[in-house]
Amino acid sequence: MDVKRSYLYWLFCQFELITCSYLMEPWEKVLFYSFNLAVAGLLLYTAYICVAFHLSLAFQLLWSFLGNPRENALSVVK
Amino acid sequence: INHIVHNGGLYKRPFNEAFEETPMLVAVLTYVGYGVLTLFGYLRDFMRQWKIEKCQNATEREEQKDFVPLYQDFENFYNRNLYMRIRDSWNRPICSVPGAKVDMMERVSHDYNWTFTYTGRVIKDIINMGSYNYLGFAQKAGACQEAAAKVLSQYGAGVCSTRQEMGNLDKHEELEKLVARFLGVESAMAYGMGFATNSMNIPALVGKGCLILSDELNHASLVLGARLSGATIRIFKHNNMQSLEKLLKDAIVHGQPRTRRPWKKILILVEGIYSMEGSIVRLPEVIALKKKYKSYLYLDEAHSIGALGPSGRGVVEYFGLSPEDVDVMMGTFTKSFGAAGGYIGGKKELIDYLRTYSHSAAYATSMSPPVVEQIITSVKCIMGEDGTTVGEARVQQLAENTRYFRRRLKEMGFIIYGNEDSPVVPLMLYMPAKIGAFGREMLKRNIGVVVVGFPATPIIESRARFCLSAAHTKEMLDTALKEINEVGDLLQLKYSRRRLVPLLDRPFDETTYEETED
Repeated sequence: MDVKRSYLYWLFCQFELITCSYLMEPWEKVLFYSFNLAVAGLLLYTAYICVAFHLSLAFQLLWSFLGNPRENALSVVK
Repeated sequence: INHIVHNGGLYKRPFNEAFEETPMLVAVLTYVGYGVLTLFGYLRDFMRQWKIEKCQNATEREEQKDFVPLYQDFENFYNRNLYMRIRDSWNRPICSVPGAKVDMMERVSHDYNWTFTYTGRVIKDIINMGSYNYLGFAQKAGACQEAAAKVLSQYGAGVCSTRQEMGNLDKHEELEKLVARFLGVESAMAYGMGFATNSMNIPALVGKGCLILSDELNHASLVLGARLSGATIRIFKHNNMQSLEKLLKDAIVHGQPRTRRPWKKILILVEGIYSMEGSIVRLPEVIALKKKYKSYLYLDEAHSIGALGPSGRGVVEYFGLSPEDVDVMMGTFTKSFGAAGGYIGGKKELIDYLRTYSHSAAYATSMSPPVVEQIITSVKCIMGEDGTTVGEARVQQLAENTRYFRRRLKEMGFIIYGNEDSPVVPLMLYMPAKIGAFGREMLKRNIGVVVVGFPATPIIESRARFCLSAAHTKEMLDTALKEINEVGDLLQLKYSRRRLVPLLDRPFDETTYEETED
Protein backbone atom coordinates (compact mmCIF):
# COMPACT_ATOMS: atom_id res chain seq x y z
CA MET A 1 0.00 0.00 0.00
CA ASP A 2 2.87 2.31 0.83
CA VAL A 3 4.54 1.49 -2.48
CA LYS A 4 1.33 2.22 -4.34
CA ARG A 5 0.92 5.54 -2.54
CA SER A 6 4.48 6.64 -3.33
CA TYR A 7 3.99 5.57 -6.96
CA LEU A 8 0.84 7.66 -7.19
CA TYR A 9 2.70 10.55 -5.60
CA TRP A 10 5.49 10.17 -8.17
CA LEU A 11 2.88 10.14 -10.95
CA PHE A 12 1.38 13.32 -9.55
CA CYS A 13 4.86 14.88 -9.52
CA GLN A 14 5.27 14.01 -13.19
CA PHE A 15 1.92 15.66 -13.95
CA GLU A 16 3.07 18.73 -12.05
CA LEU A 17 6.33 18.88 -14.01
CA ILE A 18 4.76 18.38 -17.42
CA THR A 19 2.02 20.98 -16.99
CA CYS A 20 4.42 23.33 -15.15
CA SER A 21 2.19 23.57 -12.09
CA TYR A 22 5.42 22.83 -10.18
CA LEU A 23 6.39 26.43 -10.90
CA MET A 24 3.10 28.07 -10.00
CA GLU A 25 2.24 29.93 -6.84
CA PRO A 26 -0.35 28.22 -4.57
CA TRP A 27 -3.34 30.28 -5.70
CA GLU A 28 -2.44 29.60 -9.35
CA LYS A 29 -2.26 25.90 -8.56
CA VAL A 30 -5.72 26.01 -6.97
CA LEU A 31 -7.11 27.74 -10.04
CA PHE A 32 -5.40 25.33 -12.45
CA TYR A 33 -6.38 22.16 -10.60
CA SER A 34 -9.99 23.23 -10.13
CA PHE A 35 -10.24 24.02 -13.86
CA ASN A 36 -8.67 20.64 -14.69
CA LEU A 37 -10.97 18.75 -12.32
CA ALA A 38 -14.03 20.56 -13.68
CA VAL A 39 -13.11 19.66 -17.27
CA ALA A 40 -12.28 16.08 -16.30
CA GLY A 41 -15.58 15.75 -14.43
CA LEU A 42 -17.55 17.00 -17.42
CA LEU A 43 -15.74 14.60 -19.71
CA LEU A 44 -16.47 11.65 -17.42
CA TYR A 45 -20.15 12.62 -17.19
CA THR A 46 -20.45 12.90 -20.97
CA ALA A 47 -18.66 9.61 -21.42
CA TYR A 48 -20.96 7.94 -18.88
CA ILE A 49 -24.13 9.15 -20.62
CA CYS A 50 -22.83 8.33 -24.09
CA VAL A 51 -21.49 4.92 -23.26
CA ALA A 52 -24.55 3.89 -21.25
CA PHE A 53 -26.88 4.90 -24.08
CA HIS A 54 -24.93 3.06 -26.76
CA LEU A 55 -24.45 -0.01 -24.58
CA SER A 56 -28.17 -0.29 -23.93
CA LEU A 57 -28.84 -0.04 -27.66
CA ALA A 58 -26.22 -2.66 -28.40
CA PHE A 59 -27.69 -5.07 -25.80
CA GLN A 60 -31.20 -4.73 -27.24
CA LEU A 61 -29.84 -5.58 -30.69
CA LEU A 62 -28.08 -8.59 -29.30
CA TRP A 63 -31.21 -9.87 -27.49
CA SER A 64 -33.26 -9.61 -30.65
CA PHE A 65 -30.70 -11.61 -32.64
CA LEU A 66 -30.78 -14.35 -30.04
CA GLY A 67 -34.39 -15.08 -30.86
CA ASN A 68 -36.21 -12.95 -28.31
CA PRO A 69 -38.02 -10.54 -30.53
CA ARG A 70 -38.69 -7.38 -28.69
CA GLU A 71 -41.72 -5.30 -29.54
CA ASN A 72 -40.09 -1.94 -29.83
CA ALA A 73 -39.42 0.48 -32.62
CA LEU A 74 -35.72 -0.18 -32.57
CA SER A 75 -35.98 -3.85 -33.47
CA VAL A 76 -34.16 -4.67 -36.67
CA VAL A 77 -35.19 -8.30 -37.07
CA LYS A 78 -37.80 -8.84 -39.74
CA ILE B 1 25.21 2.89 -34.09
CA ASN B 2 27.27 6.02 -34.52
CA HIS B 3 27.96 6.91 -38.08
CA ILE B 4 31.72 7.17 -38.34
CA VAL B 5 32.94 9.40 -41.12
CA HIS B 6 36.13 8.52 -42.98
CA ASN B 7 36.10 11.11 -45.68
CA GLY B 8 38.66 9.72 -48.09
CA GLY B 9 41.55 10.15 -45.68
CA LEU B 10 40.85 13.73 -44.56
CA TYR B 11 40.11 12.49 -41.08
CA LYS B 12 42.84 10.55 -39.30
CA ARG B 13 40.54 9.46 -36.47
CA PRO B 14 36.81 8.64 -36.24
CA PHE B 15 34.54 11.65 -35.90
CA ASN B 16 31.64 10.60 -33.66
CA GLU B 17 29.03 13.23 -33.38
CA ALA B 18 25.38 12.68 -32.59
CA PHE B 19 22.34 14.86 -32.03
CA GLU B 20 19.46 12.57 -31.18
CA GLU B 21 16.12 13.80 -32.39
CA THR B 22 13.55 15.09 -29.91
CA PRO B 23 10.96 12.37 -29.22
CA MET B 24 7.57 13.48 -30.52
CA LEU B 25 5.72 12.98 -27.23
CA VAL B 26 8.31 15.04 -25.35
CA ALA B 27 8.04 17.87 -27.87
CA VAL B 28 4.23 17.89 -27.60
CA LEU B 29 4.34 17.89 -23.80
CA THR B 30 6.91 20.70 -23.82
CA TYR B 31 4.58 22.81 -25.93
CA VAL B 32 1.72 21.95 -23.52
CA GLY B 33 3.84 23.18 -20.62
CA TYR B 34 4.75 26.40 -22.42
CA GLY B 35 1.09 26.87 -23.38
CA VAL B 36 -0.08 26.63 -19.77
CA LEU B 37 2.63 29.03 -18.62
CA THR B 38 1.75 31.49 -21.41
CA LEU B 39 -1.92 31.45 -20.37
CA PHE B 40 -0.99 32.09 -16.77
CA GLY B 41 1.39 34.80 -18.00
CA TYR B 42 -1.48 36.59 -19.72
CA LEU B 43 -3.60 36.24 -16.55
CA ARG B 44 -0.86 37.72 -14.39
CA ASP B 45 -0.24 40.57 -16.84
CA PHE B 46 -3.97 41.32 -16.81
CA MET B 47 -3.99 41.39 -13.02
CA ARG B 48 -0.92 43.60 -12.94
CA GLN B 49 -2.44 46.04 -15.39
CA TRP B 50 -5.74 46.28 -13.50
CA LYS B 51 -3.88 46.71 -10.21
CA ILE B 52 -5.32 43.50 -8.68
CA GLU B 53 -1.74 42.40 -8.09
CA LYS B 54 1.30 44.49 -7.16
CA CYS B 55 3.56 45.10 -10.14
CA GLN B 56 7.15 44.32 -9.25
CA ASN B 57 8.84 44.53 -12.61
CA ALA B 58 9.82 47.60 -14.57
CA THR B 59 7.00 49.47 -16.27
CA GLU B 60 6.64 52.86 -17.86
CA ARG B 61 5.75 55.82 -15.70
CA GLU B 62 2.13 57.04 -15.50
CA GLU B 63 2.86 59.98 -17.84
CA GLN B 64 4.37 57.65 -20.43
CA LYS B 65 1.51 55.15 -20.63
CA ASP B 66 0.33 56.69 -23.91
CA PHE B 67 3.74 56.46 -25.57
CA VAL B 68 4.96 53.54 -27.67
CA PRO B 69 4.97 50.60 -25.24
CA LEU B 70 8.37 49.42 -24.10
CA TYR B 71 7.71 46.07 -22.47
CA GLN B 72 5.21 44.37 -24.72
CA ASP B 73 7.49 42.23 -26.88
CA PHE B 74 8.01 38.51 -26.40
CA GLU B 75 11.36 38.82 -24.60
CA ASN B 76 9.88 40.97 -21.86
CA PHE B 77 6.81 38.74 -21.55
CA TYR B 78 9.09 35.71 -21.26
CA ASN B 79 11.24 37.55 -18.73
CA ARG B 80 8.53 38.52 -16.30
CA ASN B 81 6.36 35.42 -16.56
CA LEU B 82 8.60 32.46 -17.29
CA TYR B 83 12.16 33.43 -16.38
CA MET B 84 11.15 34.89 -13.01
CA ARG B 85 9.71 31.55 -11.89
CA ILE B 86 12.99 29.68 -12.31
CA ARG B 87 15.40 32.54 -11.72
CA ASP B 88 16.94 31.00 -8.62
CA SER B 89 19.01 28.60 -10.75
CA TRP B 90 21.12 31.46 -12.14
CA ASN B 91 23.33 34.19 -10.73
CA ARG B 92 24.12 32.07 -7.70
CA PRO B 93 26.85 33.80 -5.70
CA ILE B 94 29.92 31.69 -5.03
CA CYS B 95 32.41 32.56 -2.36
CA SER B 96 35.48 30.49 -3.06
CA VAL B 97 37.77 29.71 -5.99
CA PRO B 98 35.75 27.92 -8.74
CA GLY B 99 37.80 24.73 -8.73
CA ALA B 100 36.51 21.17 -8.67
CA LYS B 101 34.55 22.01 -5.51
CA VAL B 102 33.08 25.37 -4.70
CA ASP B 103 31.33 27.14 -1.82
CA MET B 104 28.07 28.89 -2.44
CA MET B 105 26.10 31.40 -0.44
CA GLU B 106 22.65 30.14 0.41
CA ARG B 107 19.77 32.39 -0.53
CA VAL B 108 16.01 32.17 -0.23
CA SER B 109 13.18 34.07 -1.79
CA HIS B 110 9.95 34.81 0.00
CA ASP B 111 8.16 36.42 -2.92
CA TYR B 112 8.70 33.83 -5.63
CA ASN B 113 12.08 34.96 -6.95
CA TRP B 114 11.42 38.69 -7.25
CA THR B 115 13.84 39.41 -4.40
CA PHE B 116 16.41 37.23 -2.67
CA THR B 117 17.76 37.35 0.86
CA TYR B 118 20.86 35.60 2.13
CA THR B 119 20.38 33.30 5.08
CA GLY B 120 24.02 33.81 6.02
CA ARG B 121 24.87 30.14 5.65
CA VAL B 122 27.54 29.04 3.20
CA ILE B 123 27.01 25.69 1.46
CA LYS B 124 30.46 24.12 1.35
CA ASP B 125 32.08 21.72 -1.11
CA ILE B 126 29.58 21.68 -3.90
CA ILE B 127 30.89 19.61 -6.82
CA ASN B 128 31.33 22.17 -9.55
CA MET B 129 30.07 20.90 -12.90
CA GLY B 130 29.51 24.32 -14.41
CA SER B 131 32.79 26.26 -14.41
CA TYR B 132 34.92 26.42 -17.55
CA ASN B 133 37.84 24.96 -15.70
CA TYR B 134 38.93 22.39 -18.25
CA LEU B 135 42.50 21.86 -17.07
CA GLY B 136 41.94 22.71 -13.44
CA PHE B 137 44.09 25.85 -13.33
CA ALA B 138 41.54 27.72 -11.19
CA GLN B 139 43.46 27.15 -7.98
CA LYS B 140 44.30 29.21 -4.96
CA ALA B 141 47.56 27.41 -4.22
CA GLY B 142 50.26 26.10 -6.54
CA ALA B 143 52.92 27.32 -8.92
CA CYS B 144 50.60 29.61 -10.90
CA GLN B 145 49.26 31.32 -7.83
CA GLU B 146 52.73 31.89 -6.36
CA ALA B 147 54.06 33.35 -9.58
CA ALA B 148 51.01 35.61 -9.91
CA ALA B 149 51.40 36.79 -6.30
CA LYS B 150 55.07 37.62 -6.92
CA VAL B 151 54.22 39.62 -10.05
CA LEU B 152 51.41 41.36 -8.17
CA SER B 153 53.89 42.57 -5.54
CA GLN B 154 56.23 43.68 -8.34
CA TYR B 155 53.92 45.35 -10.86
CA GLY B 156 50.70 46.01 -8.94
CA ALA B 157 47.27 45.20 -10.29
CA GLY B 158 46.41 48.08 -12.60
CA VAL B 159 48.01 49.05 -15.90
CA CYS B 160 46.26 52.40 -16.32
CA SER B 161 46.76 52.69 -20.03
CA THR B 162 46.09 51.12 -23.41
CA ARG B 163 48.51 48.94 -25.37
CA GLN B 164 49.37 51.69 -27.79
CA GLU B 165 50.08 54.32 -25.15
CA MET B 166 51.83 53.41 -21.91
CA GLY B 167 50.32 49.98 -21.21
CA ASN B 168 52.71 47.74 -23.13
CA LEU B 169 54.58 45.86 -20.42
CA ASP B 170 57.48 43.49 -20.98
CA LYS B 171 55.20 40.82 -19.50
CA HIS B 172 52.85 41.29 -22.46
CA GLU B 173 55.70 40.81 -24.94
CA GLU B 174 56.82 37.68 -23.09
CA LEU B 175 53.27 36.34 -23.09
CA GLU B 176 52.80 36.95 -26.80
CA LYS B 177 56.02 35.21 -27.76
CA LEU B 178 55.05 32.27 -25.53
CA VAL B 179 51.54 32.02 -26.98
CA ALA B 180 52.94 32.13 -30.55
CA ARG B 181 55.32 29.31 -29.71
CA PHE B 182 52.53 27.31 -28.00
CA LEU B 183 50.23 27.55 -31.02
CA GLY B 184 52.90 27.08 -33.66
CA VAL B 185 52.25 30.40 -35.41
CA GLU B 186 54.56 33.25 -36.29
CA SER B 187 53.19 35.86 -33.95
CA ALA B 188 50.36 36.49 -31.49
CA MET B 189 48.69 39.33 -29.66
CA ALA B 190 46.84 39.22 -26.35
CA TYR B 191 43.84 41.32 -25.28
CA GLY B 192 42.23 41.96 -21.92
CA MET B 193 38.81 40.47 -22.68
CA GLY B 194 37.83 37.47 -24.78
CA PHE B 195 34.51 38.91 -25.98
CA ALA B 196 36.25 42.14 -26.98
CA THR B 197 38.90 40.18 -28.90
CA ASN B 198 36.24 38.91 -31.29
CA SER B 199 33.98 41.91 -31.48
CA MET B 200 36.76 44.46 -31.87
CA ASN B 201 39.08 42.63 -34.24
CA ILE B 202 36.71 41.30 -36.88
CA PRO B 203 35.83 44.90 -37.89
CA ALA B 204 39.55 45.56 -38.30
CA LEU B 205 39.96 42.58 -40.63
CA VAL B 206 36.92 42.87 -42.90
CA GLY B 207 34.78 45.76 -44.05
CA LYS B 208 32.18 46.68 -46.65
CA GLY B 209 32.50 44.71 -49.86
CA CYS B 210 33.68 41.59 -48.01
CA LEU B 211 31.68 38.47 -47.32
CA ILE B 212 31.43 36.71 -43.98
CA LEU B 213 30.22 33.11 -43.88
CA SER B 214 29.33 32.34 -40.32
CA ASP B 215 28.04 29.19 -38.68
CA GLU B 216 24.44 29.12 -37.50
CA LEU B 217 25.35 28.67 -33.85
CA ASN B 218 28.23 31.09 -33.51
CA HIS B 219 28.79 32.92 -30.28
CA ALA B 220 27.39 36.41 -29.67
CA SER B 221 30.87 37.95 -29.81
CA LEU B 222 31.44 36.65 -33.35
CA VAL B 223 27.99 37.80 -34.44
CA LEU B 224 28.54 41.24 -32.94
CA GLY B 225 31.96 41.58 -34.57
CA ALA B 226 30.56 40.50 -37.94
CA ARG B 227 27.69 42.99 -37.72
CA LEU B 228 29.94 45.84 -36.60
CA SER B 229 32.26 45.30 -39.54
CA GLY B 230 29.65 46.21 -42.15
CA ALA B 231 30.40 43.21 -44.35
CA THR B 232 27.68 41.04 -45.90
CA ILE B 233 26.89 38.09 -43.64
CA ARG B 234 25.61 34.74 -44.85
CA ILE B 235 24.82 31.88 -42.50
CA PHE B 236 25.45 28.21 -43.20
CA LYS B 237 23.87 25.35 -41.30
CA HIS B 238 25.63 24.18 -38.20
CA ASN B 239 28.74 22.16 -39.09
CA ASN B 240 27.24 21.35 -42.47
CA MET B 241 29.96 21.33 -45.10
CA GLN B 242 27.58 20.92 -48.03
CA SER B 243 25.77 24.10 -47.02
CA LEU B 244 29.08 25.95 -46.69
CA GLU B 245 30.26 24.75 -50.09
CA LYS B 246 27.01 25.85 -51.70
CA LEU B 247 27.38 29.32 -50.23
CA LEU B 248 30.99 29.53 -51.35
CA LYS B 249 30.09 28.48 -54.89
CA ASP B 250 27.29 31.04 -55.04
CA ALA B 251 29.60 33.72 -53.72
CA ILE B 252 32.30 33.04 -56.31
CA VAL B 253 29.88 32.65 -59.21
CA HIS B 254 27.56 35.57 -58.52
CA GLY B 255 29.82 38.01 -56.69
CA GLN B 256 28.44 41.03 -54.85
CA PRO B 257 24.64 41.40 -54.94
CA ARG B 258 24.01 44.34 -57.22
CA THR B 259 27.22 45.07 -59.09
CA ARG B 260 28.34 41.44 -59.59
CA ARG B 261 31.91 42.42 -58.75
CA PRO B 262 34.03 39.76 -57.02
CA TRP B 263 34.09 39.90 -53.24
CA LYS B 264 37.13 41.62 -51.77
CA LYS B 265 37.56 38.95 -49.10
CA ILE B 266 35.62 35.91 -48.02
CA LEU B 267 36.00 35.08 -44.32
CA ILE B 268 34.66 31.87 -42.79
CA LEU B 269 33.88 32.17 -39.06
CA VAL B 270 33.81 28.92 -37.10
CA GLU B 271 34.40 27.87 -33.53
CA GLY B 272 36.53 24.99 -32.27
CA ILE B 273 33.96 23.63 -29.83
CA TYR B 274 30.45 25.03 -29.79
CA SER B 275 29.61 25.44 -26.14
CA MET B 276 25.85 24.92 -26.33
CA GLU B 277 25.98 21.80 -28.49
CA GLY B 278 29.27 20.24 -27.54
CA SER B 279 30.10 19.70 -31.19
CA ILE B 280 33.53 20.03 -32.75
CA VAL B 281 33.99 21.81 -36.08
CA ARG B 282 34.86 19.67 -39.11
CA LEU B 283 38.16 21.40 -39.52
CA PRO B 284 39.80 19.20 -42.24
CA GLU B 285 36.82 19.76 -44.53
CA VAL B 286 36.65 23.49 -43.79
CA ILE B 287 40.35 23.85 -44.61
CA ALA B 288 39.95 21.84 -47.82
CA LEU B 289 37.05 24.11 -48.87
CA LYS B 290 38.95 27.24 -47.90
CA LYS B 291 41.88 26.25 -50.09
CA LYS B 292 39.68 25.25 -53.00
CA TYR B 293 37.70 28.50 -53.04
CA LYS B 294 40.54 30.79 -51.88
CA SER B 295 38.94 32.26 -48.78
CA TYR B 296 40.16 33.00 -45.27
CA LEU B 297 39.43 31.12 -42.05
CA TYR B 298 38.86 32.63 -38.60
CA LEU B 299 38.86 29.93 -35.96
CA ASP B 300 37.57 30.78 -32.49
CA GLU B 301 39.11 28.25 -30.12
CA ALA B 302 37.56 29.63 -26.95
CA HIS B 303 36.56 26.25 -25.56
CA SER B 304 38.93 23.97 -27.42
CA ILE B 305 42.37 25.44 -26.66
CA GLY B 306 43.92 23.39 -23.89
CA ALA B 307 41.02 20.95 -23.94
CA LEU B 308 41.57 19.06 -27.20
CA GLY B 309 44.59 17.49 -28.76
CA PRO B 310 47.18 15.13 -27.29
CA SER B 311 49.24 17.98 -25.88
CA GLY B 312 46.44 20.48 -25.39
CA ARG B 313 47.15 22.70 -28.38
CA GLY B 314 43.57 22.82 -29.55
CA VAL B 315 41.43 21.59 -32.36
CA VAL B 316 44.15 22.00 -35.02
CA GLU B 317 46.32 19.48 -33.22
CA TYR B 318 43.31 17.25 -32.51
CA PHE B 319 42.84 16.73 -36.26
CA GLY B 320 46.57 16.58 -36.96
CA LEU B 321 46.58 19.63 -39.22
CA SER B 322 49.09 22.40 -39.61
CA PRO B 323 48.43 25.72 -37.86
CA GLU B 324 49.59 27.55 -40.99
CA ASP B 325 46.38 26.54 -42.75
CA VAL B 326 44.26 28.61 -40.39
CA ASP B 327 44.61 32.29 -41.20
CA VAL B 328 43.43 33.76 -37.91
CA MET B 329 43.59 31.59 -34.80
CA MET B 330 41.70 33.22 -31.97
CA GLY B 331 41.22 31.89 -28.47
CA THR B 332 40.56 32.89 -24.91
CA PHE B 333 42.50 32.41 -21.72
CA THR B 334 39.36 32.21 -19.62
CA LYS B 335 38.56 28.55 -20.06
CA SER B 336 41.61 26.34 -19.87
CA PHE B 337 44.18 28.69 -18.39
CA GLY B 338 42.28 29.99 -15.38
CA ALA B 339 42.74 33.65 -16.25
CA ALA B 340 40.90 36.23 -18.36
CA GLY B 341 41.48 37.61 -21.80
CA GLY B 342 41.87 36.55 -25.40
CA TYR B 343 44.51 36.23 -28.06
CA ILE B 344 44.82 36.23 -31.83
CA GLY B 345 47.60 34.31 -33.58
CA GLY B 346 48.67 34.25 -37.19
CA LYS B 347 51.24 35.54 -39.62
CA LYS B 348 53.53 38.36 -38.54
CA GLU B 349 52.06 40.87 -41.03
CA LEU B 350 48.55 40.18 -39.78
CA ILE B 351 49.42 40.67 -36.12
CA ASP B 352 51.46 43.82 -36.83
CA TYR B 353 48.45 45.19 -38.70
CA LEU B 354 46.18 44.36 -35.75
CA ARG B 355 48.55 46.03 -33.32
CA THR B 356 47.99 49.27 -35.17
CA TYR B 357 44.41 49.05 -36.37
CA SER B 358 42.50 47.02 -33.78
CA HIS B 359 40.00 48.93 -31.64
CA SER B 360 40.95 46.85 -28.65
CA ALA B 361 44.62 47.77 -28.92
CA ALA B 362 43.88 51.45 -29.34
CA TYR B 363 41.18 51.97 -26.73
CA ALA B 364 41.02 49.08 -24.28
CA THR B 365 43.17 48.82 -21.21
CA SER B 366 45.75 46.09 -21.51
CA MET B 367 45.83 42.96 -19.41
CA SER B 368 46.61 43.12 -15.72
CA PRO B 369 50.11 41.78 -14.83
CA PRO B 370 49.11 39.03 -12.32
CA VAL B 371 46.66 37.66 -14.90
CA VAL B 372 49.43 37.68 -17.51
CA GLU B 373 51.71 35.80 -15.16
CA GLN B 374 48.99 33.21 -14.45
CA ILE B 375 48.69 32.59 -18.19
CA ILE B 376 52.46 32.39 -18.67
CA THR B 377 52.82 29.87 -15.87
CA SER B 378 49.90 27.75 -17.00
CA VAL B 379 51.04 27.69 -20.65
CA LYS B 380 54.54 26.67 -19.57
CA CYS B 381 52.98 23.98 -17.39
CA ILE B 382 50.94 22.60 -20.29
CA MET B 383 53.94 22.63 -22.61
CA GLY B 384 56.03 20.88 -19.98
CA GLU B 385 58.65 23.63 -19.83
CA ASP B 386 58.47 24.00 -16.07
CA GLY B 387 60.17 20.65 -15.74
CA THR B 388 57.19 18.57 -14.58
CA THR B 389 54.68 16.39 -16.38
CA VAL B 390 51.76 18.01 -14.58
CA GLY B 391 50.44 19.65 -17.74
CA GLU B 392 50.51 16.49 -19.80
CA ALA B 393 48.87 14.55 -16.96
CA ARG B 394 46.08 17.13 -16.79
CA VAL B 395 45.38 16.98 -20.52
CA GLN B 396 45.17 13.21 -20.37
CA GLN B 397 43.01 13.29 -17.24
CA LEU B 398 40.58 15.62 -18.98
CA ALA B 399 40.33 13.30 -21.98
CA GLU B 400 39.72 10.30 -19.71
CA ASN B 401 37.11 12.17 -17.67
CA THR B 402 35.35 13.25 -20.86
CA ARG B 403 35.14 9.74 -22.29
CA TYR B 404 34.07 8.17 -19.01
CA PHE B 405 31.42 10.75 -18.18
CA ARG B 406 29.88 10.76 -21.63
CA ARG B 407 29.84 6.97 -21.85
CA ARG B 408 28.18 6.60 -18.46
CA LEU B 409 25.52 9.23 -19.19
CA LYS B 410 24.69 7.65 -22.53
CA GLU B 411 24.40 4.23 -20.90
CA MET B 412 21.99 5.63 -18.34
CA GLY B 413 19.70 6.69 -21.15
CA PHE B 414 19.92 10.48 -21.26
CA ILE B 415 19.99 12.38 -24.53
CA ILE B 416 23.47 13.87 -24.81
CA TYR B 417 24.41 16.14 -27.70
CA GLY B 418 27.75 16.61 -29.31
CA ASN B 419 31.02 14.96 -30.13
CA GLU B 420 32.48 12.09 -28.11
CA ASP B 421 35.65 14.04 -27.32
CA SER B 422 34.31 17.39 -26.27
CA PRO B 423 34.47 18.22 -22.55
CA VAL B 424 31.23 20.21 -22.84
CA VAL B 425 28.33 17.81 -22.20
CA PRO B 426 24.79 19.09 -22.84
CA LEU B 427 22.05 16.93 -21.33
CA MET B 428 18.62 17.59 -22.78
CA LEU B 429 15.79 18.59 -20.46
CA TYR B 430 13.18 20.03 -22.89
CA MET B 431 10.38 20.95 -20.47
CA PRO B 432 10.42 24.31 -18.70
CA ALA B 433 9.46 22.98 -15.27
CA LYS B 434 12.29 20.47 -15.45
CA ILE B 435 14.82 23.27 -15.98
CA GLY B 436 14.01 24.75 -12.58
CA ALA B 437 13.51 21.35 -10.96
CA PHE B 438 16.85 19.99 -12.22
CA GLY B 439 18.82 22.98 -10.96
CA ARG B 440 17.16 22.87 -7.54
CA GLU B 441 17.37 19.10 -7.06
CA MET B 442 21.04 19.01 -8.01
CA LEU B 443 21.79 21.82 -5.57
CA LYS B 444 19.96 19.91 -2.81
CA ARG B 445 22.34 17.01 -3.52
CA ASN B 446 25.37 19.33 -3.40
CA ILE B 447 26.17 19.47 -7.11
CA GLY B 448 26.26 22.76 -8.96
CA VAL B 449 25.11 22.64 -12.57
CA VAL B 450 24.34 25.23 -15.20
CA VAL B 451 20.93 24.91 -16.87
CA VAL B 452 20.24 26.77 -20.07
CA GLY B 453 16.95 27.71 -21.65
CA PHE B 454 15.61 30.23 -24.12
CA PRO B 455 17.08 32.54 -25.51
CA ALA B 456 20.46 30.84 -25.45
CA THR B 457 18.93 27.71 -26.99
CA PRO B 458 15.84 27.09 -29.15
CA ILE B 459 12.71 27.31 -27.02
CA ILE B 460 11.93 23.62 -26.71
CA GLU B 461 15.53 22.42 -26.52
CA SER B 462 16.54 23.51 -23.06
CA ARG B 463 19.45 21.64 -21.53
CA ALA B 464 21.78 21.25 -18.60
CA ARG B 465 25.38 21.81 -19.58
CA PHE B 466 28.18 20.03 -17.72
CA CYS B 467 31.76 21.27 -18.11
CA LEU B 468 34.27 18.62 -17.17
CA SER B 469 37.56 19.42 -15.60
CA ALA B 470 40.92 17.75 -15.14
CA ALA B 471 40.52 18.62 -11.46
CA HIS B 472 37.56 16.25 -11.13
CA THR B 473 38.67 12.94 -9.67
CA LYS B 474 36.91 9.72 -10.56
CA GLU B 475 35.20 9.64 -7.15
CA MET B 476 33.73 13.09 -7.74
CA LEU B 477 32.48 12.05 -11.17
CA ASP B 478 30.99 8.86 -9.73
CA THR B 479 29.17 10.82 -7.02
CA ALA B 480 27.91 13.29 -9.61
CA LEU B 481 26.79 10.47 -11.92
CA LYS B 482 24.95 8.72 -9.10
CA GLU B 483 23.07 11.91 -8.25
CA ILE B 484 22.32 12.63 -11.90
CA ASN B 485 20.94 9.11 -12.21
CA GLU B 486 18.70 9.64 -9.20
CA VAL B 487 17.46 13.00 -10.38
CA GLY B 488 16.97 11.59 -13.88
CA ASP B 489 14.70 8.87 -12.49
CA LEU B 490 12.85 11.32 -10.26
CA LEU B 491 12.20 13.80 -13.07
CA GLN B 492 11.90 11.22 -15.90
CA LEU B 493 14.72 12.68 -17.98
CA LYS B 494 15.86 9.47 -19.65
CA TYR B 495 14.35 10.14 -23.04
CA SER B 496 16.88 8.36 -25.22
CA ARG B 497 15.59 5.60 -27.44
CA ARG B 498 19.13 4.44 -28.23
CA ARG B 499 18.53 5.07 -31.87
CA LEU B 500 21.28 7.49 -32.75
CA VAL B 501 20.67 9.30 -36.02
CA PRO B 502 23.43 8.71 -38.57
CA LEU B 503 25.00 11.86 -39.94
CA LEU B 504 24.27 12.97 -43.47
CA ASP B 505 27.03 11.68 -45.70
CA ARG B 506 25.58 12.26 -49.12
CA PRO B 507 25.43 15.39 -51.27
CA PHE B 508 23.27 18.20 -50.01
CA ASP B 509 20.63 19.29 -52.50
CA GLU B 510 17.54 21.44 -52.34
CA THR B 511 15.29 18.56 -51.31
CA THR B 512 17.09 17.62 -48.11
CA TYR B 513 16.44 19.89 -45.20
CA GLU B 514 16.78 17.59 -42.21
CA GLU B 515 19.56 15.34 -41.17
CA THR B 516 17.00 12.71 -40.28
CA GLU B 517 15.61 11.92 -43.71
CA ASP B 518 16.27 8.49 -45.14
